[in-house]
Amino acid sequence: MAVNNADNTAPTAPMPPQLRAARARRQSIIKFVILLFTLGFLLVPLIAMLVFTLRHPLSGRWSLAPWVAIFTGNGETLGADLTVLWQGLGSSLALCVVTVAIMLLLMVPTMVIVHIRSRALERAIEWVATLPLTIPAIVLVVGLGPIYRWLSADVLNTNPIWLCFAYVVLVMPFAFRAIAVGLNSIDVKTLVEASRSLGASWPKVFFKVIIPNLWQSILSASFISIAVVLGEYTVASLLGRMNLQVALYQLGQSNSQISTAMSLLALLFGVVLLVALDLISGAMRKRKEGK
Amino acid sequence: MTAAIVSSAPATGKGAARSATSALAKHRQELSTVAVTIPFFAYTACFLLAPTIIVIIGAFQTRDGGFTLANFAKLAEPNTISAFVTSILVSIASSVIGAIVGGLASYALVIGTKPNGLLRRMVSAISSVLAQFGGVMLAFAFIATIGINGIGTMLIKAVTGLTVNPNWLSSLPGLITIYCYFQIPLMIIIFLPAVDSIRPQWREACESLGGNTWDYWTRVALPILAPRFISAFLLLFASAFSAYATAAALFSQRSILVPLMIQGAMRNEMDPSQQGFAQVLAFAMIIVVAIVMMLSHAVEKRAGRWQ
Repeated sequence: MAVNNADNTAPTAPMPPQLRAARARRQSIIKFVILLFTLGFLLVPLIAMLVFTLRHPLSGRWSLAPWVAIFTGNGETLGADLTVLWQGLGSSLALCVVTVAIMLLLMVPTMVIVHIRSRALERAIEWVATLPLTIPAIVLVVGLGPIYRWLSADVLNTNPIWLCFAYVVLVMPFAFRAIAVGLNSIDVKTLVEASRSLGASWPKVFFKVIIPNLWQSILSASFISIAVVLGEYTVASLLGRMNLQVALYQLGQSNSQISTAMSLLALLFGVVLLVALDLISGAMRKRKEGK
Repeated sequence: MTAAIVSSAPATGKGAARSATSALAKHRQELSTVAVTIPFFAYTACFLLAPTIIVIIGAFQTRDGGFTLANFAKLAEPNTISAFVTSILVSIASSVIGAIVGGLASYALVIGTKPNGLLRRMVSAISSVLAQFGGVMLAFAFIATIGINGIGTMLIKAVTGLTVNPNWLSSLPGLITIYCYFQIPLMIIIFLPAVDSIRPQWREACESLGGNTWDYWTRVALPILAPRFISAFLLLFASAFSAYATAAALFSQRSILVPLMIQGAMRNEMDPSQQGFAQVLAFAMIIVVAIVMMLSHAVEKRAGRWQ
């Protein structure tokens, strides 16, 4: 209000400093209210999850039993069979490794060379790599069904590890963006020309010059892929294969406390990964600004 | 071939043979660039293009492989229509709430803070986790909060004596609330860069030209932010519309959303009356999301003029 009055009395003069301070104060109140509301909404379910794991829903007794069960690997005291959970966790972790490996092999060399040589091909790759954002996983899985039926019957087997082929497609848009940011922040062309003119072979240029300059974006592409793979449920459940989320869902039917505790752990792991990602991208920004 | 290369090479007076070899080398380089991309395109052809084509062909196929449009008749059935209406309603409502709350939160994160302040970095890190936090875990979070034995349910009962309807989570408002849980963080991630592009100098310029807060918002900030806001909203819509896992974990039997209906159709694929139904639904989803994405690109292009 004060601001409006000031503007009416002195329409062309800049605002006096004390009014600007008043506006800053008002802004900070608005800011505080908005953030309190938003963070409150986001944090309440997380806190509820934590309390839920500590307090038995029916008897109301407080105990650390679900956490003990997870960390000792023995759910018998709670009458839960944790083998499903370990199976799921194991295959999800293996899927993370394989998916990241395929993703890096497929994307990094291609993106680097295309970035140097052909703008048109780079755009084509960008278009294809971000396409999975337009085709929802639930749609993809309808088409993947026959492909996986054929793969598991005639070529491979029903091991959940083969989900990696579908997961590479799911992580592609995120991985593409992470790597593209890195490629745009360094002058790849000059680096390559300099090392080539100094007599380095192509593999040497790639492994000794480009990869060391890109490792931050390679790491962030890997982290975001891991986060996506650990949270994936749609493809695994509809193709009838076990992974962490499918196991959590199955366990949730019999013991919701343990699966809630495990979800919290997975979430915590995600936070750690993405905070690391934030630190990495912070370092990248700094380097770019420093240039 | 050689003649064509020679004639296209610039006639700078150098030996024709030399420019021919360099042109050949260039040609070879181009070929090798294309060759490098083959694994990538071959892979995406197998696991992205092929499934999409299988969906599209399947939507037009009879049981014995002939062409038909009959599968689409199922789209007009009341069940299917109501699933689409519910899906679109939930997506629109959660995107509107998500876009507004997330937009305000991004604004609150930007004003009066340093670009790399701790609060801002913390919130954006949490947001990027929670935006990915779809799925089964999200369902657990809300069951723990306002499910039958949820902590929130018990607190409300202890404090006010009211009993929360145990089915509230699986009602429309409940579903919208749950979807907002990943929509708000998603909006914060998408929209923060847009709010960042607003310069404080613009406000000062507006003031020195005699504008007040209202003028600043309606004539400067909102027109600049509007295209980015709309395209972010469309992205949120697409993400809610294609979300599957949370709803699947919450409702094991009822197919009230399109993705859940696809799940049901996939499980009953052997049933002759379900022929091509999953494919038709998936095809319809592709169309909806593609329209939304095209709109979003068009709006972004407009926004691009401002940058």
